[in-house]
Amino acid sequence: MLKKIALLLLIILLLACRKEGDSTKYEEKGKPAYGDTLITSSIGEASNLIPILASDSASHDIAGYIYNGLVKYDKDLHIVGDLSESWDFSPDKLSITFHLRKNIRWHDGKPFTARDVLYTYKVIVDPKTPTPYSGDFLMVKKAEMLDDYTFRVTYGEPFAPALLSWAVSILPHHLLEGHDITASPLSRHPIGTGPYRFREWIGGDRLVLEANGDYFEGRPYMGRHVTRVIPDPATMFLELKNNGIDMASLTPLQYVKQTDYPKFNRQFNKFKYLSFSYVYLGYNLKHPFFRDKRVRQAITYAIDKQEIVDGILLGQGVAAEGPYKPDMWAFNPKIEKHPFDPGKARTLLGQAGFMKGPDGRLWKDGKAFEFTILCNQGNEVRIRCAELIQQRLASLGITVKIRVIEWASFVNQYIDRRNYEAVILGWTISQDPDIFDIWHSSKQNPKELNFMGFENREVDDLLVRARRTFDQEERRRCYWKIQDILSEEQPYTFLFIPYATLAVHKRIKGIEPAAAGIGYNFREWFVPEGQQRYRTRNNNAHLHP
Amino acid sequence: MLIYILKRLLFMIPMLLGITIISFAVIHLPPGEPGALGIEMNPKVTKEVRDRIRSIYGLDQPLHVQYLTWLKRTAKLDFGRSFSSDGRPVIDKIKERLPITISIDLLSMILILIIGIPIGVYSARYKDSLLDKGLTAFVFATYAIPLFWLALLFMLLFGVHLDLLPISGLKSFNYEELTFFQKALDLGHHLVLPIFLSALGGLAGISRYMKSSLLEVLRQDYITTAYAKGLPEKLILRRHAMRNALLPVITILGLSVPGLIGGSVIFESIFAIPGMGQLFYMSVMSRDYPTIMGILVIGAFLTLFGNLLADICYAVADPRIRIG
Repeated sequence: MLKKIALLLLIILLLACRKEGDSTKYEEKGKPAYGDTLITSSIGEASNLIPILASDSASHDIAGYIYNGLVKYDKDLHIVGDLSESWDFSPDKLSITFHLRKNIRWHDGKPFTARDVLYTYKVIVDPKTPTPYSGDFLMVKKAEMLDDYTFRVTYGEPFAPALLSWAVSILPHHLLEGHDITASPLSRHPIGTGPYRFREWIGGDRLVLEANGDYFEGRPYMGRHVTRVIPDPATMFLELKNNGIDMASLTPLQYVKQTDYPKFNRQFNKFKYLSFSYVYLGYNLKHPFFRDKRVRQAITYAIDKQEIVDGILLGQGVAAEGPYKPDMWAFNPKIEKHPFDPGKARTLLGQAGFMKGPDGRLWKDGKAFEFTILCNQGNEVRIRCAELIQQRLASLGITVKIRVIEWASFVNQYIDRRNYEAVILGWTISQDPDIFDIWHSSKQNPKELNFMGFENREVDDLLVRARRTFDQEERRRCYWKIQDILSEEQPYTFLFIPYATLAVHKRIKGIEPAAAGIGYNFREWFVPEGQQRYRTRNNNAHLHP
Repeated sequence: MLIYILKRLLFMIPMLLGITIISFAVIHLPPGEPGALGIEMNPKVTKEVRDRIRSIYGLDQPLHVQYLTWLKRTAKLDFGRSFSSDGRPVIDKIKERLPITISIDLLSMILILIIGIPIGVYSARYKDSLLDKGLTAFVFATYAIPLFWLALLFMLLFGVHLDLLPISGLKSFNYEELTFFQKALDLGHHLVLPIFLSALGGLAGISRYMKSSLLEVLRQDYITTAYAKGLPEKLILRRHAMRNALLPVITILGLSVPGLIGGSVIFESIFAIPGMGQLFYMSVMSRDYPTIMGILVIGAFLTLFGNLLADICYAVADPRIRIG
């Protein structure tokens, strides 16, 4: 008897939540309407919603909806005003004066003024604040508030990335001044000026934001933004297929094959744009063989980048030739390309003094050409790249070994101690083209990023020159020249720039991929009236007054 | 008896200290620093910034100084603040996740007992029957199958194709707007797959223990006597055999008590359940020393305490332990 009841209960439990079939037509474009919810997911949970204290992307992704900076990027990666209406430089280019927008209110109703900006600056440079972002702000010589809506910073020398650093999230001074920021309740209940305000955070489960009806650029259409924590990528994909989440990034395999069936195509739009990152094969330039640039050029010619993109990324990427992605203004389209050319590679290696030995391998000065590529554990794409490179170079007579090492020891034991021959790594491409930290010869100390030991006087000068001017044409000229030199020197073999590939539910309209990605116009995404899925009780609670 | 307990309690102190020293040393052995500080391979972090952050967290001090600072704080039952960028008190992070893990583990253990013991009893009673062999094959199969894979298959079947059960998480999207009864139903829905699957992995152990210890008992003379007296078989099994056969099973259960707070990384990741396993895994990966130590100390304490309880129970039951 008991068994029967238990079985019955189980069946009821199973059936109680069955969803009815979905027959809405998502093809219709529809008119913008307020309401509905976008559910997305994140592998890790946000840690701290005071952005200067957070170093994880999950926190920054969410904080981006809640806070504003003084400036921001538009879709073509040009700097435009955000909390500031305009700004101007002093004649000596040493100071920037920001003119702030008026009538902006914090989510708790208090007005936003230059006091908040000044506070944000002060707390970032405060030695007691554990923030990884103070570097750019320590260069500020003087920060002052001229009146409630004018803020001026002065630098010791002209510093072009300075303007961008003011995209930092501005914090509410009336809630933080005089308190210990590390213990502030704002890290769990943030108050910002952004298009979404914080609603609820269920630890380890989800974080809910809702539209800020009072937003200075107008109320966003999507009523709510929910981020679920789903640590497993396979589960995330199942949830997407099952409509548990509306937006998820896809692996190349998922993008190309596993989502290509009618039901998925009826419910989802797929998008792709060039991601802000590139993967490279970096050489230790102190190595006796790699010191010779002909050797590095030869290896670049011997690697078939297109093969890597097609075989490993299933076509979801482009071959890289330099440190910028092609849709940035700093990218040099006339850069010399290095196509796959094993013949040229052989000639260059011959010029560099390598001879084929009796064992079929290349030898020079009594040493066989043999080196190890280090990869970090957990990144399958890089490991497979190394395998393809290994096979390509083997056909030239170069023996490549591959070692895969856990990330922390990879960085501490090998990179920091310069104890490697070649590595496959990736860099994030920042929206500002300044690449001083990676390529300037002064950045070679332990823990600094020029770990391959690149030294080029001309590049040094150009990097400094580009930093010291605010004239975009002048900067462009410098960065173009740098790309020419890097292309000639090949301190890295730039391998590829992957596409960011993702799927978004079809009911959500207004998405336009651009150089900046897709998130830049989230405020304008909408779901037409007839296609809305989630209705919440207080859908209209925050109508504009 | 009281003296015995006191002696055991006092003995726990050096043991706990030893555990903390070893744990503290071991977690500092692997290279790398608290990753959540965001100072590794980050172009925006200059050397001054790195040094400043390290000194804020006391990472520039020698290891034994760091340990003593930690010990002083912990002695006052303060586990400190996490090194991950949320900077929350460690105890809050644990408190948030502990109830979830304990209740899932308890429920799945109950399920294991409900299914596993009858399987064991049946297999012992009808030893070598076809069903016994089938059941044995079944429990070994569930033990051998990688559960994360089975979990994905179940999610695909019940979640995507049949659309009967939610795939992951603990609460539905509109949870806060449900009535109490709906909330319970919703939670139950979300828990079906995780509990069922995690119970599946534990079936083999319990059912095999039950079977072998029951077989052992059934061979005893007093069982033969009971049969000879003409007692009905049900009564023999229930009253005479089972009671004795359950003792070793209960010992096993006692040993698994500290495991109740451990949770499982793989399970929690696949089902997106915010439990202890994930917390511990994440804090190890990001070298979040205070959180790691907090979890280890609580775990060590519970283990020692569980052992003490077991020993006391034995002592109560068996005078030889008490006196000798």
